[in-house]
Amino acid sequence: MENKTDTLAVRLFGSSISYMRKSLFRILSVGPIPNHIAFILDGNRRYAKKRNLNEGMGYRAGFLSLMTLCKYCCELGVKYVTIYAFSIDNFKRKPHEVDAVMDLMLEKIQGMLKEESIVSQYGVRVYFIGNLELLNEHVRQAAVKAMEATSNNDKIVLLICVAYTSTDEIVHAARESCEAKRARVRSSGAREGNEEELKVVDIERHMYMGVAPDPDILVRTSGETRLSNFLLWQTSNCVLYSPRALWPEIGLRHLVWAVLNYQRVFPLLERRRKQM
Amino acid sequence: MKNIPPILETPKPLHFPDLAAMAAFSLPLHSSFTPSPFKPQLFRHLQRLKLAPHARPPVLSCGSNAAAVTGPTGNEVVVNGIPPDYYADGGSVQLPPSLQRELMPNHVAVIMDGNRRWAGSRNFPIVFGYEAGFRAFKRLIELACNWGIGTLTVFAFSSENWCRPKAETDLLMGLFERILRFELEHFMRENIRISLIGDATKLPKQLQSLLVDAVEATQNNSRLHLIVAANYSGRSDVVQACRKIAFKVKDGLIDPNDINEYLVERELETSCTDFPHPDLLIRTSGELRMSNFLLWQLAYTELYFTNALWPDFGESEFLEALCSFQQRQRRYGGNL
Repeated sequence: MENKTDTLAVRLFGSSISYMRKSLFRILSVGPIPNHIAFILDGNRRYAKKRNLNEGMGYRAGFLSLMTLCKYCCELGVKYVTIYAFSIDNFKRKPHEVDAVMDLMLEKIQGMLKEESIVSQYGVRVYFIGNLELLNEHVRQAAVKAMEATSNNDKIVLLICVAYTSTDEIVHAARESCEAKRARVRSSGAREGNEEELKVVDIERHMYMGVAPDPDILVRTSGETRLSNFLLWQTSNCVLYSPRALWPEIGLRHLVWAVLNYQRVFPLLERRRKQM
Repeated sequence: MKNIPPILETPKPLHFPDLAAMAAFSLPLHSSFTPSPFKPQLFRHLQRLKLAPHARPPVLSCGSNAAAVTGPTGNEVVVNGIPPDYYADGGSVQLPPSLQRELMPNHVAVIMDGNRRWAGSRNFPIVFGYEAGFRAFKRLIELACNWGIGTLTVFAFSSENWCRPKAETDLLMGLFERILRFELEHFMRENIRISLIGDATKLPKQLQSLLVDAVEATQNNSRLHLIVAANYSGRSDVVQACRKIAFKVKDGLIDPNDINEYLVERELETSCTDFPHPDLLIRTSGELRMSNFLLWQLAYTELYFTNALWPDFGESEFLEALCSFQQRQRRYGGNL
């Protein structure tokens, strides 16, 4: 979003940096570019503590990083970006903290619906992934509205995991598959011996993340190397990367390093995929 | 160099202890005749081993009686390995000073990656890589026993490894059979319980029966629970658990709305242990991937990646992994 009072010098500087970045991305594009990158946004509270800010400011700084990274991914040619915004386990945190995050989320989702938002500017289609029934009414309605409003955008897809854990997703998929099978059996009449076994495709069809392919890279910031119940099913053959930087400190160099690591192992992963 | 073992003698049929002995002797021979950039790496771990003055030097133990391999001169071969009685008085846990008892993981999972690369970097045939990998595996078991880790899961063979050349998979199956035959007595003596996860039906029949016998024979052991993942895939595990639940739904035993995480976890193959979720997962050889190992169970597991290849993974590398684990802050999504 451009500030109209920017001086010419600032605008020129901004566009030359942008030009250099796009040139760097063009060089990277010589190798394979990941189709889908997932991020675990870890370290917002530690960032706020480090800078002596209150926790709410840590999350806002995190949001700015998110928008920047989405912009970079769009310029690089990444088609899907998934972020772990709020886990079901995070409901265990202090109530005022959970409320602060929910309020920020509501504010930003409503911001997405505006014409001049970054989402419209970059053609971002937004999905909210997770057990949305656990969210409060306002946030859930805003999320549904945002999904509808951005359904025509097609440059890049942003999947925001809220009230999500991978185990909950698998349980939900199992539940839906069993109900679907039961409905099929009932509608086709009780036919003994016509029972098909549950297959991988049945479960994958009912996953929340069924709208996107499996991620190629999973980035977790703040140096922690664990999955924290995020995309366990989808990251079985995904490259993991955990930079020490906290989420609000993440920058272009981390994205470039992650992509370079991916390009290094890409031939091996492709060979495995073909063999399977 | 005195009394170099005659490697180029009239070849005699090789069997398991001989092969390992040959590897042990040929390693110093190769390093002296063919100086290579890898030379320092061969003995890097030896330099880091700190022995108490009274302790015997570590010996290579590969036979079923954990006997030391001695050369024709009678000298013991010094290779990275811990003799069973290095840590004193049988039964009690003696941790190195850098580890804290209360922060030790209950369950450690290991992806033993890098055997072929280890052999390739030394211009050995692949079988040497796997044999060296097995020795590292034995070291890990001894360390786990000595340091009081309750459960150890090892990724022996993935369902994706069937894509490898048939000669290699046959070699691996042969190696597993020999290990089970020679090592079962050792596991019984060390009070180690073996469990198997994965689809055993695709393995050779002989290996299947050996595995079943091993699992039955050791089921009452309690010092260390060794879970071997053979022909295992994390996704298949979750799918088979969901399938069992779908059958129960079909039979009217449960309603789809009653399906929860507890039900799924009970049907997973790792329900054979009290601690199905590893606290720490170690993957060697620098690869930063899960490779379809233990999907559901890794939800909150601390991951540790090391560049060391699996045959080079010894006490110092394991200590480093455990120290790194003990410094982590595990929040499980909640407050600090």
